[in-house]
Amino acid sequence: MPQTLSLYVENKSGVLARVAGVLSGRAFNIDSLTVAKSFDPGFSLMTVVVDVPASLTEQVIKQLSKLINVVTVTCVSDSPAVVREMVLVKIYLPDEMRSRLLQEAEIFRARVVDSAPGSFTLEATGDSDKLEAFLGVIAAYGRLEMARTGTVAMPRGASRAVAVRNPSPKVAAGGPILL
Amino acid sequence: MPNGSSILLECLRREGVEVFFGYPGGVVLPIYDEMVRQKTPRHILVRHEENACFAADGFARASGRVGVCMATSGPGATNLVTGLVNAMMDSIPVVAITGQVSTKLIGNDAFQEADTVGITRPCTKHNYLVKSLADLPHAIKEAFHIASSGRPGPVLVDLPKDVLQAVWPGIESDAALKYPDFVDLPGYKPSFEGHSGQIKKAAAMIWHAQRPVIYAGGGVIASGAGALLEQLSELVEAPVNLTVMGLGAIPSDHPNCQGMLGMHGSYAANQAMVEADLLIAVGVRFDDRVTGKLEAFCKHAKIIHIDIDPAEIGKNVKVDVPIVGDCGQVLEKLNTRLADSREQSDGGLHHRESRRAWLARTEEWRRKHPYEYTDRTDEIMPQALLEEIQRATNGDAIVATDVGQHQMWAAQWLRFNRPRTWITSGGLGAMGYGLPSAIGAQFACPRDTVIALVGDGGFQMSIPELGTLASEQLPVKTIIMNNGYLGMVRQWQDLFYQGRYSSVEFGVFPDCEKLGAAYGIKGMVVRDRAVLRDALQETLAHPGPVLLDVRVSREENVYPMIPAGGALSDIILTDEDARKAATARPVPAQVGSGAGEMS
Repeated sequence: MPQTLSLYVENKSGVLARVAGVLSGRAFNIDSLTVAKSFDPGFSLMTVVVDVPASLTEQVIKQLSKLINVVTVTCVSDSPAVVREMVLVKIYLPDEMRSRLLQEAEIFRARVVDSAPGSFTLEATGDSDKLEAFLGVIAAYGRLEMARTGTVAMPRGASRAVAVRNPSPKVAAGGPILL
Repeated sequence: MPNGSSILLECLRREGVEVFFGYPGGVVLPIYDEMVRQKTPRHILVRHEENACFAADGFARASGRVGVCMATSGPGATNLVTGLVNAMMDSIPVVAITGQVSTKLIGNDAFQEADTVGITRPCTKHNYLVKSLADLPHAIKEAFHIASSGRPGPVLVDLPKDVLQAVWPGIESDAALKYPDFVDLPGYKPSFEGHSGQIKKAAAMIWHAQRPVIYAGGGVIASGAGALLEQLSELVEAPVNLTVMGLGAIPSDHPNCQGMLGMHGSYAANQAMVEADLLIAVGVRFDDRVTGKLEAFCKHAKIIHIDIDPAEIGKNVKVDVPIVGDCGQVLEKLNTRLADSREQSDGGLHHRESRRAWLARTEEWRRKHPYEYTDRTDEIMPQALLEEIQRATNGDAIVATDVGQHQMWAAQWLRFNRPRTWITSGGLGAMGYGLPSAIGAQFACPRDTVIALVGDGGFQMSIPELGTLASEQLPVKTIIMNNGYLGMVRQWQDLFYQGRYSSVEFGVFPDCEKLGAAYGIKGMVVRDRAVLRDALQETLAHPGPVLLDVRVSREENVYPMIPAGGALSDIILTDEDARKAATARPVPAQVGSGAGEMS
C-alpha cells in the first residue's frame, strides 16, 4: 500500500540522497518524490510516495526522522489532505479526432498548452486516481508521451504539515507512536 | 596566519581531543605539516586506516569520550568504512576526519578521489563535506555534538585540500579563533527526560509483575547508568540479563546478575526470558542474537522498553510501555517512583513474595546450569585459558576482543567489575577489531592493564598493528586463543553442515616468538597446560607489549547455543544435544559471511 509522506527538511545538498538512502537501504520502492523550497528558503518540503507495508510505516517514519537534516515527517495518508499531481501529456492523433479529444479533456478539466499538426499537449491536475482515469481515456486516441510531477500534499484544515518531530510526549501505551 | 589545517587542530583542541589515530596521505599533507609545529592533539600513526577507526572506537568505549581518527581521501577514506559501520552498529561516538581532493577537482575522478560523503552516508550518524573554510568550526562543533549526544554514533567530516590550505582571515593566531558555543540543528533534538506518565505506568506495571526480568544493554553503559540499573534490580528484586554490549553495566558478581543472554548466553538468562511475565528492557534493541525466533520471544511477558532512540521502540518487538529517553534520566525517575511507599503499597507489596520466589528460581538455574567444560591436563581448553585470565586479572583489566568463539567464551567466562572494561564488536561482528581497539583503549586508560584477546583468525587481520604497539611501546598484552581454525565458522559447519569443513583452516600460522621478535616485542608460545598460569603471570608482569600465543584444544564448541532462528527455549547445552537438534533441523536458510558470526 503506497504511503504518502511529507517531510520538512533542511535545504542542504545531499538531503535528498539521505532520504532516498533510508528507503532504498530497506529495499522500499519510491513511487514518486517531489522536493522544492518551502516558504522559508532554508527548508524544503518533500513529498514521498513510497510502497511500504502499513505495518512498517511507523518504523520508516522514525528512521527518516532520525536523519539530522530532517525536521519533521508526517504520514499524509493517515489524515485528510489535499493531494495533487500534474501531468503534461503529448498525444499524437489523426486530425479528425482532435475535436473529440478536446471534449474529453474538458471533462477532466485538462488544458491545451501546446498544439501542433498531428499533436496536442495537455496539462491536467488532480489526485493520482483522476490522472490515471484521464490517461486511460485519452490513450484510446493515439500514442502518448508524458511527464508527471509526482504527488505533492498538504494536510487539510488547521493541522500543520510539520508536526512536532520528537514523538516522545505523544507516545501512548501499546499504541502507535503519533508523529 | 592560521589556515584550514591549523584551525582544524585548534577546533579539535577546543573539543578536548588529546589524542587521535590516523594515517597520512596526499590531500591531508597540510594537516600533517601543521602537526610538525603543533604538538597537540597527539597523533598516533597506525598501520591501516581501518585500525585508526577501530582504535578511535576502542578509545571511545574505554573512556566514554569521543574517539577521533583521520585518513586521507580515496583509499584512506574507504578503509575507514568497516570501522564506521562498527561504531554505527554499537552506537559509539567517533569523529572521522578525511581529506578530500580540492573543491575544483571534486567529481573529476581526480587521483585518490572517492565520493566519501556518499559512501559513508549510511555508515554514519551524519556526515559533512566542508566546502568553505568559514564552515569548518561549525562542522567540527556539530560533528562532536552529534557523535556524543542522543544515541551516540560516528560522524565523518570530509575536508578538501584547498579548504585545509585556505587562510583564515582576521586573526593572528589559532588561539584567537572564535569557536562556536552552540549548534543550530533544527532536525536534531534528542529527548532525554522520558515521559513522566509513561514512567508512572511502568512503575505500576513493575509492581504488578510476579516474574520480572531486567534486560539491559549498551545504552546503560553509554548513559553511565550502571549504578541506577543496579538500584532498579535491588528495588524490584529482579534478575538482570545483559546483552554482549551491556556486560559490565553492573558487576558480574552482583547477586542478581545473570550474565549474558541470547545465542551463547547463560541458561538462566535465557530461561528467565522464556518464563518472565514482565520484561524491563533498558538501552537495548532486541537484536536477533538476543530474541531468537520473534514469534516465540517472551510470550508471557509484558514489555517496558526504555531507549533514547524512538526508532528502536517497536522495531522488532511490540512494546507495552515505551519510554523514550536517556537510560540514566529515566531510571532515576523510575527508581524514585518505585521507592515511593505509596506506589509500593499499590501492588508492590502484594506480589513481593512471588517476586522473591522467582528470583530464587533464577538463582537456582544459575547454580544448576553454570557455564561448564571439562578441564584437561594434556591440552589447554579455551575456557581454562579464560579462567586463568580471570584469575590473573581479577576482572580489573580492560579486555578487547575480536569476533568468534573466543569472544563468546570471554563474554561467558570473564567477570566484569565495572563498565567500559569490555571492548567488543557486538553488532557488526568485525574481525580484526581486537588489537586496534585495545590500542585505543590503552591510550584512553594508560594506567590500566589492557588485554587484546583475539583468535588466530582475527589476529592475522591485525598483525600490522604490532608495529604500532612496538613504536608506541604500548603495554597491550595480546593473547591469542589459537585453535588453528576459524572456530565459530567451523562450529557451524560442524553442527549445521554435517561437519563438512570448508576454508576454516589456515594451515600456516606465524611463530609468535619470532613474529614478536621481528617487531621487538616479547613473544611467547604456550602449548602446555602446566605452564599456562606462569606464562600469563609473566605476560601481565612484563612492562611492555607482549604477544602470547596460546595453543588451545582445537575442536571445542561454544555452549550454550540457541540455533539461529530458534526460540530461546531451544537452547542447546552440549555437543550431544547439538547433534540431535541438527539432525532434526534442516540446514539454516541464511548462510553467514566469512566475517565471524553468522546469520
